[in-house]
Amino acid sequence: MTQPDPIPTAATAATAAARPGVAAGPADVIHNIGYRAYDGPRLGRGYARMSLYSQSLRGAYGLGRSAKSKVLPMILLAAMCVPALIIVAVTIFTDRTSLPLQYTRYAVVTQAVITLFLASQAPQSVSRDLRFKTTPLYFSRPIEVVDYVAAKFAALASALFLLTVLPLLILYVGALLGKLDFTDQTAGFAKALVSVILLSLLFAGIGLVIAAVTPRRGFGVAAIITLFVITYGAVSALQGVASTQEKWDVIGWVGLFSPITLIDGLQTWFLGATSAFPHAAGPPDVAAGCAYLLVVAGIIAGSFSLLVRRYRKAGLS
Amino acid sequence: MIATESLSKRYPRVTALDRLTVDITPGVTGLVGANGAGKSTLIKILLGLSPASEGRATVLGRDVATDGAEIRALVGYMPEHDCLPPDVSATEFVVHMARMSGLPPTAARERTADTLRHVGLYEERYRPMGGYSTGMKQRVKLAQALVHDPELVLLDEPTNGLDPVGRDDMLGLIRRVHTDFGISVLVTSHLLGELERTSDHIVVIDGGRLLRASSTSDFTQATASLAVEVTDREEELRKALTAAGLTARPSGHLLLVDIAGEETYDTVRDAVAGLGVGLVRMEQRRHRIAELFIDDTQDGEGAAEDGGRSTGPEPQLAEALAAGAKEGEGSDAA
Repeated sequence: MTQPDPIPTAATAATAAARPGVAAGPADVIHNIGYRAYDGPRLGRGYARMSLYSQSLRGAYGLGRSAKSKVLPMILLAAMCVPALIIVAVTIFTDRTSLPLQYTRYAVVTQAVITLFLASQAPQSVSRDLRFKTTPLYFSRPIEVVDYVAAKFAALASALFLLTVLPLLILYVGALLGKLDFTDQTAGFAKALVSVILLSLLFAGIGLVIAAVTPRRGFGVAAIITLFVITYGAVSALQGVASTQEKWDVIGWVGLFSPITLIDGLQTWFLGATSAFPHAAGPPDVAAGCAYLLVVAGIIAGSFSLLVRRYRKAGLS
Repeated sequence: MIATESLSKRYPRVTALDRLTVDITPGVTGLVGANGAGKSTLIKILLGLSPASEGRATVLGRDVATDGAEIRALVGYMPEHDCLPPDVSATEFVVHMARMSGLPPTAARERTADTLRHVGLYEERYRPMGGYSTGMKQRVKLAQALVHDPELVLLDEPTNGLDPVGRDDMLGLIRRVHTDFGISVLVTSHLLGELERTSDHIVVIDGGRLLRASSTSDFTQATASLAVEVTDREEELRKALTAAGLTARPSGHLLLVDIAGEETYDTVRDAVAGLGVGLVRMEQRRHRIAELFIDDTQDGEGAAEDGGRSTGPEPQLAEALAAGAKEGEGSDAA
């Protein structure tokens, strides 16, 4: 290795053949061209951040990774879209004047799929870098901790947004093809769009914070699923109890304690969606409505700063 | 290239660097010290990733405290530990790292192909890195540090875990990084012997303090010696050699003779023949640097015979030097 490796070429072989009797010695090779310096452009932090963003976003769907890692995200994406296709088909064939499921309701109904996607891809995005100690290589380059966190956060949120917006698009296009009322459909679609953007940010933040704690992917997956299932289970149970006791206010307030019910309450109060809570009892008053908004915003901002703190500590080791 | 001025780093419990002042010139510089001597801490500070408690440092003329990002754009870093995800290929990984250093996509691909070829990875670069040998992994780690054509690379223990052949390959490659690529190198190791062969300059730190910094030739000149083993009458041989004007010290059943020049070999041969004993071996010792340090701190007294008897002033350093000694024993048996 101390010398450039000689590569025999057709040309030198021909030269050797043209001189019969002369053994093909070390002279009859072309040496590698030497080291070439790079004097092209060096794009800065912004470019590096974008590169990390696109690599992580592609990675969330297994692109640029092994065939095996594409299976789960693609199945989940299909699982999100198939019900939308069925709904559209049913709407068109039965000549309905509205979709049987509100746009804003779709993510709530399919929350299990979204949670699974988050649980599988958040650890994939950050635990791998921690586990294989790739983070020092990032931080030995011009980007800062904030860039790394922003790129990973944005990438996972975008992946979740793609997952949740694609079925909405199918519903919307299907509804328009089925000649449903344009204004109604567009308004419904726009509201759901806002809601899934918030959902993507909220879920991505929670998922990444949990995943960044442990370099073990399995733990990350289990912890995320556990958190989402337990909080949702507890909130539903409490709401069920409150519903039998006809305490509608309690139902509205309790929704603050699980990610998906947070989104549900938020879109019920601010976007006029029909709540999936028992009796469709959304946030009971302005205070509750604002609480939903504050909690969602707080969790998103809080998880971002927690991640930054986590990686500041990690440093080079 | 790198200049530090009473650079200190104190953690609540330990002092990792203690008023380190050193000036590193272009070329290959070996940074030697035992584990925990402060090598990695120094690298962190030089990359602008960890603020110094005291003192200042500049890399490529830029202050580490304020121009960290600028420095990191011009410097490559190869960590000591494993840092490669096993499920991607070397090509994909190095391309990604090149882009993280700011190279546009096409340039990143070209530079990756070039760099991987230069470090000696060919067909295997398309395979997932999980199946690579340690030597191949070390090459990928080196490639990612070189891919953006830095002005300086910081290599943290690049020969760790390599077998002797892989070690020689890696050291040759490091030499080439400077001679062929024109990139300056700061390479750390706890083994003196191997840095002696690769570096133009050697800096030794221990317990966060500078022990010695000078050019490699300065180190080796004064310290070349010959280990002589005879079947019998070592003491008489020693006297004969001393009488012939050579410095010889006993070291177990060996005699260590300082090499004064080519004629030393003849003198030894003649002295042995004159005594009529059998000459078992005569070999050049390449771990002289190690002894020099102990000599410096311990005033000669032959404390270095087997590199690291616990008589060393700093147990940790002695350990490192012992390792260096074992490592460096070039067997130029006569």
